[in-house]
Amino acid sequence: MPGSRRAPLQSQHRSTMAALSSPLRVCRGILKELRAIQGPSYKKSLAYNYVMDQFRKNKVTGERYCRAKQEAHHASHTYLCLLASTRNHLVLHNLYHGKGERSPEEVASLVGLRLPTQPGGKGWEK
Amino acid sequence: MLRCIVRLQSQVGNAFSLSKVCLRNQHYECVARYSAATAERKRFYQDVSISQSEGGLYEINLDQRKLKTPGGKLFTVPNEALAIAVATEWDAQRDTLKFYTMHLTTLCNTALDNPTQRSKEQMITAALKFLETDTICYRVDEPHGLVELQKNEWDPVLQWIEKRYNVAIGSSASILGPEIPEATKDNLRQHLKSYNFWSLTGLEYVITQLKSIVLSLGMIDRHLSVEQAVLLSRLEEEYQIRRWGNVEWAHDYDMYELRARTAAGALFVHLTSESSTVKHKLLQD
Repeated sequence: MPGSRRAPLQSQHRSTMAALSSPLRVCRGILKELRAIQGPSYKKSLAYNYVMDQFRKNKVTGERYCRAKQEAHHASHTYLCLLASTRNHLVLHNLYHGKGERSPEEVASLVGLRLPTQPGGKGWEK
Repeated sequence: MLRCIVRLQSQVGNAFSLSKVCLRNQHYECVARYSAATAERKRFYQDVSISQSEGGLYEINLDQRKLKTPGGKLFTVPNEALAIAVATEWDAQRDTLKFYTMHLTTLCNTALDNPTQRSKEQMITAALKFLETDTICYRVDEPHGLVELQKNEWDPVLQWIEKRYNVAIGSSASILGPEIPEATKDNLRQHLKSYNFWSLTGLEYVITQLKSIVLSLGMIDRHLSVEQAVLLSRLEEEYQIRRWGNVEWAHDYDMYELRARTAAGALFVHLTSESSTVKHKLLQD
């Protein structure tokens, strides 16, 4: 459900390094999105295996500030954003912009009219 | 209601005029071609998988058939992560193929086909030209709340980029925009030259979406997250939303679309620039 509540503008980007949510949250978010895409068999997908692989690899590091870890964390956050926003965009599109135009018959019936029929068809129709 | 009647009239009216202008056969062809272009393609494959060809490039297979670009070339990507992400995009399609949701695929197609024949120099020049009309550098004089917001949110990013790249970029409230010194452009040109063609394609895409080269570099350098960059790009819209209210089918729709495209562009740049693969090797040692 696309949220109408917005986070306050000022709070989010004071620090020099982007303050992202924890890797665990990002991982869970990505898995949720993959489950929404693939259905119940999401654990067999390529993306699931790759993502879990990457998260496991990057967990094993002793340093507190490891640049590769920060980069992987940013990349995972970006991928989560990509999956979530494409899904939300599609939801909104189907909700508001998906119906297309009505056919002439439907439009006429909106005001209680009917399209005129011509016996023998119009000149360019088969 | 009036609009529907007008539309009905215009539809019938157009049919009449079209028959006058085209010959009967041409009219059939026009209609057939138009409807073929807009007809939705159904999902024609069950499984999506990736395979590695000789040369280390990865390909996407839709049910044993190899994916091709719109230009007819074989669809190849330089690394596995990008291939998996593209495969996931294709796998996410349900009954019909919605190409407007497959941003990574579109970016790869652009990089492979290069339909407008752009070279690296052209892209770098275009990006630097964008600096003169960068969103962050254009300030307003009023309303006061927006002026404050721009100062508090955009100034830190300007300071960061000035420090990071040793450049001088001002901000201005006049209609002409800031004066960008040549030294700034040269510094940034040197930096942009270090990106390869694929990464530059992605970077150009991000710059076009965010309407700001400063924000794009901030996000690519991992100083900003995608959500933050999008927020800063849409700062004035966010201010107006807070003032006047949010319209879901316009504001949220645009925001999610912008986020999706920007995230795709950022991921594309990260995955295609050499540094990510080099770091991977270091990790394995």
